[in-house]
Amino acid sequence: MTTGAAPASFVSDAALKRLQKRKAADQRLKYYGLGAIGIALLLLATLVTSLIITGHTAFLQTHVTYPVYLDPAKIDAQDPSKGNYRSIVRDSFTALFPEVTAVREKRALTDILTSAAPYILRDEVVDDPELIGQTIDFTVPVSDPFDQFMKGNIKRETPEDDRRVSDQEIAWVDQLVAEGRLSKPFNIGLLTNADSRFPEMAGLAGAITGSFFALLVCFLISFPTGIAAAVYLEEFAPKNKFTDLIEVNINNLAAVPSVVFGLLGLAVFLGTFGLPRSAPLVGGMTLALMTLPTIIITTRASLKAVPPSIREAALGIGASKHQVMMHHVVPLAMPGILTGTIIGLAQALGETAPLLLIGMNAFITSPPGGILDPSTALPTQIFIWADSPERGFVSRTSAAILVLLGFLVAMNAIAIYLRRRFERRW
Amino acid sequence: MLTTLFICLVAVAAAGYFFGQRKARGLAASQNTRLHSLPGYHGAYVAFWVGLPSLVLVLFWLLFQDAVVEGLVVSAIPSEITQGMSGNRIDLLVSEIKSVAAGRIFVEPQPYVLEAAAHYNILNNTAEKAMLVVVLALAVLGLGYARRNLSADFRARQKVGLTMDGLMILCSVIAIVTTLGIIASLLFEAIRFFEKVPVGEFFFGLSWEPQIAIRADQVAGTGAFGAVPVFTGTLLIAAIAMAVAIPIGLFSAIYLTEYAGDRFRSVIKPVLEMLAGVPTVVYGFFAVLTVAPALREAGAAIGLDVAPNSALAAGAVMGIMIIPFISSLSDDAITAVPRAMRDGSYAMGATKAETIIRVLLPAALPGIVGGILLAVSRAIGETMIVVMAAGLIAKLTANPLDAVTTVTVQIVTLLIGDTEFDNPKTLAAFALGLVLFVATLLLNIVALRVVQKYRERYE
Repeated sequence: MTTGAAPASFVSDAALKRLQKRKAADQRLKYYGLGAIGIALLLLATLVTSLIITGHTAFLQTHVTYPVYLDPAKIDAQDPSKGNYRSIVRDSFTALFPEVTAVREKRALTDILTSAAPYILRDEVVDDPELIGQTIDFTVPVSDPFDQFMKGNIKRETPEDDRRVSDQEIAWVDQLVAEGRLSKPFNIGLLTNADSRFPEMAGLAGAITGSFFALLVCFLISFPTGIAAAVYLEEFAPKNKFTDLIEVNINNLAAVPSVVFGLLGLAVFLGTFGLPRSAPLVGGMTLALMTLPTIIITTRASLKAVPPSIREAALGIGASKHQVMMHHVVPLAMPGILTGTIIGLAQALGETAPLLLIGMNAFITSPPGGILDPSTALPTQIFIWADSPERGFVSRTSAAILVLLGFLVAMNAIAIYLRRRFERRW
Repeated sequence: MLTTLFICLVAVAAAGYFFGQRKARGLAASQNTRLHSLPGYHGAYVAFWVGLPSLVLVLFWLLFQDAVVEGLVVSAIPSEITQGMSGNRIDLLVSEIKSVAAGRIFVEPQPYVLEAAAHYNILNNTAEKAMLVVVLALAVLGLGYARRNLSADFRARQKVGLTMDGLMILCSVIAIVTTLGIIASLLFEAIRFFEKVPVGEFFFGLSWEPQIAIRADQVAGTGAFGAVPVFTGTLLIAAIAMAVAIPIGLFSAIYLTEYAGDRFRSVIKPVLEMLAGVPTVVYGFFAVLTVAPALREAGAAIGLDVAPNSALAAGAVMGIMIIPFISSLSDDAITAVPRAMRDGSYAMGATKAETIIRVLLPAALPGIVGGILLAVSRAIGETMIVVMAAGLIAKLTANPLDAVTTVTVQIVTLLIGDTEFDNPKTLAAFALGLVLFVATLLLNIVALRVVQKYRERYE
């Protein structure tokens, strides 16, 4: 019998080459995987940076400050809400440019101010009628083209015919800059104004309030019903055809496209029940139906995670089944339930399609006062602004998206915190 | 008003709880016996009797108040005016009366409208007051009845338990009611649609032009409801989305389960899942703002004419949204393959790649296919991305650089704005919704079946 030398074929050149090839294939698969993850991350990064690049300018708003003489002859001292504020705003502003005399040029000059300037001045005077007869420093946003010009989105080098700001207007703006009248403070109006046709005045207050009301309704409906349904199905329900049917239904509902829920809301809540269109109440009810499966599924998971020994111990010392649930199992499962609820609400906050169908994409210039007032919501406001042609709305859309993403990140952070802080491992 | 009512109800129910509890304690003390149930249960029993009937009454009242008041107002209008009016005209009149009643007056209304509006306000006012009185009376009645029932050996715990069971079953049934509601509303409107448009034309017609005249004097097409181009458009965009999402998602899942270390995995996985948490309206805006112009420029650079709302842009962005879906479901499927199969393969001297391709992927295939089917159902039901980035005109084409439209886009565009429920244009949206609902439901059922079968093999 031959001993010693191993069969030469194992280390033959051909075998080594085969091995090398196999290892190379292994490396290739690994790099494909890394490449795929890289592409996914790159796409996420592109998404976020493109939003930040277009959106960050909307967080600042160019304002102009100039002296306004509140001529008592033009304002009714008895009722300050009546007065010729338009001419007050115009005359004080054109007074800054004495060389401008032609009517048409004066009008062009006034266009630097937002068209809402007279109303802003009126509100200031109504708040403090003492001001009548005085000269005040009046600060208003400039209109959108000039805001974009100051932010560099409209370039001086562009030929005059291709930009929305003429050379003459640039000269006026330069004069205002030289006099130190222009400032670019944080755009509080983005959060405190409601929607407007003028980008410089448009804000998210209406949308945020509307989303808040809709989520409140959604929470008030889906949280108690979700927990009750989950407790019943997990702890009390007998195993029969009926409860099987319920379970299949819940799983299927979780996968129904959101636009179908919109159709349901439109046909049933608006059509059959005659609830008002565009109301956060209807939006919240539709969202609640969508959130319910999420809450039921996560609640059942957290109930399952509570060990049976807890139930047995409580039953053993004489608690009734309901007492076991209410006093022990549900409180122990609460962190998980809350986490699931917050995640479900975060999904509901970003949901757009069902809200479009029930009319929460109307143009509404004041925040809703209650759940029955017409209103928009954050995602539908984004949709409305994304459809608007004005340049200023592009950056406002991105800014609104950043605000929405901010809310979502905050909600998810709370959910993660709750899970980390209170979750028990048994 | 409503808030006050609810606060009142809660207050009365709470009062009922304390009354019940105190009475039970009193009973125990005076008769010197032990109570059958804890005093809290007696309290809860009373509170249920106070709260539940009144709550049900309030809900029904709110449901029917509007209809009843409207009927009264319309019947009070002099009959020579309402005579000969169609149902739509009367609806219009009612909404005019309502807006006048709410103080929104745009043009000087007819005197009978003003009168009706005043009548409407009075009736509504009376109805609200009446509701408050009736509801509170019912609550007090419930309180009296329940308190009379209490006695030392009253089995309050069982009663409360039964009520709670009933409430919990009611909550569970909401899921079924929702499904039934969806099916009923879709079917009801779709059947009305198919009365006007033949089923054959809808499912096999090649021309989709729903913009038909609402008024007689309007210039518009005659309307064509052949949905085939809409379906093909949906499939085209879904196919593009899957072409983007499947390779990226699957390779990411392979790397994360088999190659990545624990720390890499624990950081990257949640970051990938963030892609799924981004609202779809954001993706839609991203498609319009960044992806579509970029594709257009890239196309122009190599001499291709890309439509501004090409199927490619919408599909690609939808693919990005679906990546985490595919990757996490494949991840689960691969992880679920038993350890022994992996070890067996390594023991034979196979490399990692060979183990993955020859052993793990075939074993995990049903799970992965199930995941892909779920993702397809997501893709065809996705709305906002396509509403913002895809086209409105239905075109029968397989060219991804062209603009196509989808089922969801048509649903939204047909229903945005004023909707009239007797117009085939509006009803068509419900027919499309029914198709969408059935298609996604079937996909989900098949996907769940596939996944379940696969689980049975290993457990």
